[in-house]
Amino acid sequence: MTTSMNTTVKVGITVNGTETTADVEPRLLLAHYLRDVIGLKATNVGCDTTSCGACTVLVDGESVKSCTVLAVQADGQSVTTMEGLSPNSTNLHPVAAAFRAEHGLQCGFCTPGMVMATVGLLKENPKPTEREVREGLEGNLCRCTGYHNIVRAVLAASGQDPDAGQTTSVEADAGRSPAGGVESAPGFSTGSGA
Amino acid sequence: MSIMGTRVVRTEDPVFLSRGATYTDDLTDERLNGALHLTLVRSPLAHARITAVDVEAAREAPGVVAVFAGADIDLAPTLLFAGANPGMVRPWLATDKVRFVGEPVAAVLTEQPYQGQDAADLVEIDYDPLPAVVDPRAALTDEVLLFEEVGTNLAGGFGHDQEFDEHFFDGCEVVVTRDIVNQRLAASPLEGRAAAAVWGEDGRVTLWASTQNPQSARDEIASWLGIDAGLIHLIAPDVGGGFGAKIGADPEFALVVWLAQRLGRAVRWTETRSENLTGMLQGRAQLQTITIGGNRDGDVLAYRLDVLADAGAYPRLGVFLPFFTRQMAPGVYDIPKVESRARTVVTTTTSTGAYRGAGRPEATAAIERAMDLFAAEIGKDPAQVRRRNVVPPDKFPFETKGGAVYDSGEYAKAIDRVLEGAGYAELRAEQARRRERGDVVQLGIGVSAYVEITGGGAFSEDASVEVHADGSVTVLTGTSPHGQGHATAWAMLTSDRLGIPIEKITVKHGDTDLIPRGAGTMGSRSLQTGGVAVHQAAGELVELAKQRAADLLEAAVDDLEVADGAVSVRGTDTNVTLAQLADREQLKVDTVFDSGAPTFPFGAHVAVVEVDIESGKAVVDRIVTLDDAGPIVNPLLAEGQRHGGIAQGISQALLEEVVYDADGNPLTATFADYAFPSAAELPSFTLLDMATPTTLNPLGAKGIGEAGTIGATPAVQSAVIDAVSHLGVRHIDMPTSPLRVWEAINAARGERGAGSDSSEGAQQ
Amino acid sequence: MIPVAFSYARPDSLESALALLAEHGEDATVLAGGHSLLPVMKLRLAAPEVVIDIGRLPELRYIRLDGDEVAIGAGTRHRDLEASDVLGAEAPLLAAVARTVGDPQVRHRGTIGGSLAHADPASDLPAAVLTLGGTVVLRGPRGERQVPATGFYTGMFSTVKEPDELIVEIRVPRTGSSGWAYEKFTRRANDWAIVGVAVVDGRVGLVNMGASPLRASTTEAALADGASIEEAAALADQGTDPTSDLAATAEYRRHLARVLTRRALTTAAG
Repeated sequence: MTTSMNTTVKVGITVNGTETTADVEPRLLLAHYLRDVIGLKATNVGCDTTSCGACTVLVDGESVKSCTVLAVQADGQSVTTMEGLSPNSTNLHPVAAAFRAEHGLQCGFCTPGMVMATVGLLKENPKPTEREVREGLEGNLCRCTGYHNIVRAVLAASGQDPDAGQTTSVEADAGRSPAGGVESAPGFSTGSGA
Repeated sequence: MSIMGTRVVRTEDPVFLSRGATYTDDLTDERLNGALHLTLVRSPLAHARITAVDVEAAREAPGVVAVFAGADIDLAPTLLFAGANPGMVRPWLATDKVRFVGEPVAAVLTEQPYQGQDAADLVEIDYDPLPAVVDPRAALTDEVLLFEEVGTNLAGGFGHDQEFDEHFFDGCEVVVTRDIVNQRLAASPLEGRAAAAVWGEDGRVTLWASTQNPQSARDEIASWLGIDAGLIHLIAPDVGGGFGAKIGADPEFALVVWLAQRLGRAVRWTETRSENLTGMLQGRAQLQTITIGGNRDGDVLAYRLDVLADAGAYPRLGVFLPFFTRQMAPGVYDIPKVESRARTVVTTTTSTGAYRGAGRPEATAAIERAMDLFAAEIGKDPAQVRRRNVVPPDKFPFETKGGAVYDSGEYAKAIDRVLEGAGYAELRAEQARRRERGDVVQLGIGVSAYVEITGGGAFSEDASVEVHADGSVTVLTGTSPHGQGHATAWAMLTSDRLGIPIEKITVKHGDTDLIPRGAGTMGSRSLQTGGVAVHQAAGELVELAKQRAADLLEAAVDDLEVADGAVSVRGTDTNVTLAQLADREQLKVDTVFDSGAPTFPFGAHVAVVEVDIESGKAVVDRIVTLDDAGPIVNPLLAEGQRHGGIAQGISQALLEEVVYDADGNPLTATFADYAFPSAAELPSFTLLDMATPTTLNPLGAKGIGEAGTIGATPAVQSAVIDAVSHLGVRHIDMPTSPLRVWEAINAARGERGAGSDSSEGAQQ
Repeated sequence: MIPVAFSYARPDSLESALALLAEHGEDATVLAGGHSLLPVMKLRLAAPEVVIDIGRLPELRYIRLDGDEVAIGAGTRHRDLEASDVLGAEAPLLAAVARTVGDPQVRHRGTIGGSLAHADPASDLPAAVLTLGGTVVLRGPRGERQVPATGFYTGMFSTVKEPDELIVEIRVPRTGSSGWAYEKFTRRANDWAIVGVAVVDGRVGLVNMGASPLRASTTEAALADGASIEEAAALADQGTDPTSDLAATAEYRRHLARVLTRRALTTAAG
């Protein structure tokens, strides 16, 4: 615990199972700690506004945007980046393997964040529907794939058949009005307990 | 079984999915150890005179090694695009004037990246504001000039000095005209621009940069800096998307090279997203006036397109793109009379260039909107009006009134198949039921038919294939991908010829010392030029191997065949492997393929949207597309290209727009404000296939990269308008935001309430 | 983009946090989840000299029943709210509203206390607590005080909380599991609300219809007087002062408030 005022602070963060430690400025963002202090370059920074999710990593098992977390906030905690998922390039983690099998990546820049968001999503919801996948990844932007194959990859990684799980009409999704229905308008985030 | 046409997963991915790709900002090359970090101080005003620049406080800030203002740069301002008005030159750092928000004014170099912004905040610049010019129509009046010494804001034009024919629509029973907007978009690759440069003791500079075509970027930078291109070794490492906005070099790249030389140290620059959304080239940005005439049976007889394009502050490729818009103006239709003109003006905004489609989506959006307006005016089904007017298959090759020669096409078939695939008749029935019931959520159906020009920028491409003594293969290509999967596809093309598995084939690209010539990846050109060159090189290598093996095996060349990485005498076990041949003598072929002409892929899209007519919000329910780009090498990759383009097309129709206020301040300079979709806003897509080959290359391949944006954009826009057309709405500009849809419904109801005719925009 | 340099402290108790806050006064800013604060610091719209990190104080992270109310620690994350069985049964509006905030990554970090303290009129949770008739518990050097949510917000990004006070708890009445709805209108799923309407037990709260979260008091009064949903919803924008921006004009926001109120009331009425 840090109670004194400091312009540099010592942090100790377990990254992908390895203890790391450094004296850092309090303002250092976790994303830059990972990239520049300990040299793990998979985590990318794609925006300034917590919008794109390219920097998503797990902190104590939960997905977070590491551009909006100070390194010092992760002091004493455990961080997982994409590098920590697969032992090597020929032995891919199931989520990474599914992204490859379904062509869920093109330029690859959003991919580390997308993969980590998926790992976090499947931990909280192991068998998501297509709509749950789409909403579960709402914090991650991809400009290349149109998300079609990313959704397939997530469904496949959850052990579901993407051909069966993926609908080509939002009408068929749970929580959406059926064709011709007027109960709820499209695109609303609606909660209700009527 | 041939590997061609199969769904091979990417060879790039194992690395991308384990330790991650290596983008410019990820480089750990030891020559970049201790590199300085460049932070640019950018103008907060759209148009102003610079009256003072004070960098003294910044020079004293921690970690600062140097600070440069415009006056410190000994490079002449440069015309960045050769075809533009020659007086519209850009300084490397602004000196007397700034012309858009985001224009670099000072350069700060620090030891550590975090020190850069601290020091940049200390640079004091005094500005004397000038009036901004944001609307191209205002720019056209020349009341406010960006370049006073030039005397005009006109940056370029095509056919703009001819008057339109006042009798052009004589003989048409129906003529409809309307002003429409093809709004400005930000390409928004997830990786922004980045560069790193270091000068070596040999007097050459190594420049790593995020670009779609390193060889052209090298040549541009050399010409801007006034040095020999041979002094620049440009390497494009992994590139995180481009979509046209990374074609060639940006002035910042040249500045990085210049600063590295001046300071004698390596210099790195990676822009922030806020810089990217004001500094990177933006796309589209055309105001169009469309006029279409025909008879009440549904025959289109004349079409006119008038384009006013926005070049932004300093003319770039955006000046040229209206050329493509004019060329493709008639689309898939056989229209007896077509006329067009285009003017491009400078405005106090970010410069424009290519964005996925680059001039062609603007043409398609215009003609497709015109077809819808015409169909609505004569009260006929828009799909059938399209089908009635398309170029028939027996007319190919077909020279259009836009001046293009379409190579091959089956346009009516494409429309029929996509309508069938979408269940068009049932969709119309469902729409009728909802209208009958007065549902809050109405259904809209949009149909588009398109033809595009691909490979139109450069017809020639280099390739080299070499088999090594260990049995591995190296392929060199002049096309430089940024997500398209060339390493996989080019390996497939090579494997198909040599019978060597793709795991043993390494595809190299993006290094100008290794590959001095290349035109790059843009305009959907890579497979039909670079890929075909690889196919040709591998074929030539087969012939070379046969000739060498003929002596060894004492057989006639004609009796030899190459399979499984070996040359064998047909029908015998006698063979020599390509590796063995390479062990004896280098086994390598360099070749150049020149297509000589562009190809014209085509297709048809159906979009189904649901529109909540109370709120105005539109949601895409289904997208069904048929995209015909000839035979497909790898369907997995081709579908990926289609998916991405479709999403960008939907996004232009519904969500995206770069917006400036009247003072030229960008209102969409972050990803929080510049809205492109997440997975949650999109459906999955239904893709239908057709493969009409071109005769212009041995693979029969056309380009697929831009099909999605070209076809989907007008289909979705049309669908949104269609959903509320029964309320009297004829047109809504893109993006068809909830606010715009709601306002359009209100306006139509108001007009109806006032008893006026709902057919606004109609003449005669 | 990166924040201006600052000094940092992570006190290990609430008392110690309050002491630091008292010592540094307006030079200090409190960091909880950081998802309102760090974005504005990165854009350099805020540059505190001292950041006091209370994000890990365990005594601020809880959801428990307390008599007729549910008591929620200020450091409770949005994700905790959305997954809470207690809230699901006793104040489900709050759990449902939390589910619409940002995206999963944001919900893993953002806290209810941080959201209320930031007092962004476009935020979902401040309006939800207001609609529920909740109470904000503040602690400072002068002791603890309870402020009804109706009197907590004083304007755009401003509340009655003094610089040396911390939000320590949010209390909301137990509403039971029915009679509520939340309608959030956005262009994209994780955008801020263009307009939002929360309804519970005949109370109607509005997101982004003025400088602060608001109650649609004219609508509430009409409902109490026996007006139909249709009639009452038509009054939803009375007394509001929405802004015009890229996404919406003020007039459009007023229209949306009326439409969404009707829908929310209809849903809540079952």
